[in-house]
Amino acid sequence: MGQIVLEQVTKSFGDITVIPPLDLTIEDGEFTVFVGPSGCGKSTLLRLIAGLEDVSSGEIRIDGAPSANTPPAKRGLAMVFQSYALYPHMTVRKNIAFPLRMAGLDRAEQDRRVEQAAAVLNLTDYLDRRPGQLSGGQRQRVAIGRAIVREPAAFLFDEPLSNLDAALRVGMRLEISELHNRLKTTMIYVTHDQVEAMTMADKIVVLRAGHIEQVGSPLELYRAPRNLFVAGFIGSPKMNLIEGAEAAKHDATTIGIRPEHISISDENGLWSGVVGVSEHLGSDTFFHVHQTGLAESITVRADGEVGFKHGDRIHMTPRADMIHRFDDKGLRIA
Amino acid sequence: MARSVTLQRKSFNTLIAWIIGLLLFFPILWTILTSFKTEAQAIADPPVWFFFDWTLENYRVVQERSNYSRFLWNSIIIAGGSTILGMIIAIPAAWSMAFVPSNRTKDILLWMLSTKMLPAVGVLYPIYLIFIQLGLLDTRIGLTIVLMLINLPIMVWMLYTYFKEIPGEILEAARMDGAGLKEEILYVLTPMAIPGIASTVLLNIILAWNEAFWTLNLTAARAAPLTAFIASYSSPEGLFYAKLSAASTMAIAPILILGWFSQKQLVRGLTFGAVK
Repeated sequence: MGQIVLEQVTKSFGDITVIPPLDLTIEDGEFTVFVGPSGCGKSTLLRLIAGLEDVSSGEIRIDGAPSANTPPAKRGLAMVFQSYALYPHMTVRKNIAFPLRMAGLDRAEQDRRVEQAAAVLNLTDYLDRRPGQLSGGQRQRVAIGRAIVREPAAFLFDEPLSNLDAALRVGMRLEISELHNRLKTTMIYVTHDQVEAMTMADKIVVLRAGHIEQVGSPLELYRAPRNLFVAGFIGSPKMNLIEGAEAAKHDATTIGIRPEHISISDENGLWSGVVGVSEHLGSDTFFHVHQTGLAESITVRADGEVGFKHGDRIHMTPRADMIHRFDDKGLRIA
Repeated sequence: MARSVTLQRKSFNTLIAWIIGLLLFFPILWTILTSFKTEAQAIADPPVWFFFDWTLENYRVVQERSNYSRFLWNSIIIAGGSTILGMIIAIPAAWSMAFVPSNRTKDILLWMLSTKMLPAVGVLYPIYLIFIQLGLLDTRIGLTIVLMLINLPIMVWMLYTYFKEIPGEILEAARMDGAGLKEEILYVLTPMAIPGIASTVLLNIILAWNEAFWTLNLTAARAAPLTAFIASYSSPEGLFYAKLSAASTMAIAPILILGWFSQKQLVRGLTFGAVK
């Protein structure tokens, strides 16, 4: 099966430590997302698990077996790369069959499994084409097909959707989630896009500078961010962070309130300010409110039909039970 | 207006290209023409161009005097052998430099290239002595090894440049798919690098075929390739330009034909990376 345990894993390139000692357990069948800003070490961590990079110290256990020094081919993991990394000189059929060929399966079994994967991924009509003749979405499916045929212990995805256009990305996101529901195989997914993380994950691992900032389900992270970094990173648009007198009222150094937890009115409210930019999404409108005396700008989510204009003075009231409090170290106050 | 300018430019470029092309080709053309002249016409002053008594006499004489096919066979074995041997060493070497570079990779590459800057004659004496010791003098195997070593830096450099163009992620994908080092090089890297490998092979065959310094100095009779065949017609006793030209033409014909048929491949390979 596919439990993956990292024990005190570190990675340095020369003098630069990318991953300081890190412990993490990914349970069998879990869809885990590594998320964080660029350069936070999430891809490096994935590559350490894959075996494409050697750990500097520590141990990686795959199903209990120490694997830190096992070559990638022997770890029983499959990986989908950001660039798809298809073999340009092989047809789609040969691309998908490649891991089976390497595993020494006979031709009949190879063909059977390739046909099966192609049917699942809607690639049956394209089996005899080469990657160069496919669209981005189709190439991505071939890459996934190549990963699923050999029934790996876990799938590793390295920002697989970042080369696709927005519409395709949403479609592929669903396809990958459905695939996970069907296969029930461990998946580790790296992304910098917190929307992908929130929508797909069973468990999110938020990373910054190689450190794990918080591990939890999407809603845990949303409801109870452990520190300011997670608070600011999870949720879109970002949580409003307010310091100073307003925060002191709540016995905190910083308080956070999400745009969707502020109600607005043209008559009265706890806070007030002047509408700057409004972003109309149709269903929702995001108002960026200035001159509040709280922070440079407060973002508020309102119903799409609410029609304040640039320059209007509005009043805002945060939901008291939705205020997050943080101490002077940026840690959550329970 | 714009069109006439580009047309003018185009004609001008074409003209320049033809002039340069003819300049480069002229010595070969002159050699071929001379090979069909009589000895008197070959040294005539002013030179005769096309209007002479075309004769195959020189070729007949050359055929009678020396065993062309033996030289040809030696050339094929030495050029082909050194290329195959070189590729066996150069592909893994270039692979490791391109895909698992260390801090010293750049230095090693430069150091390899620096050996080409040394005048060959500087190492003739030690190599000659080693050849005597090992009994490699005037053997095909000895010459194959020397030519391979001479051209190895160029082979590694060329392959290194081609391999650099191949995205590393594809090789990592192969590793994830269960390919060992051997499978990775055999099934993924090599097929993708075929254009680069082909032009490296072609260039190397041409270089080895034309190599004269080592082939003349390390052979006598048994392993002598076509370069020695040509040299045997330039004697200090008397100049036989027409016969020398006939021998030269016969020596360069195979490689000229090979180059002609592979020119597309060669040009593509040599400009690989520069033009996408």
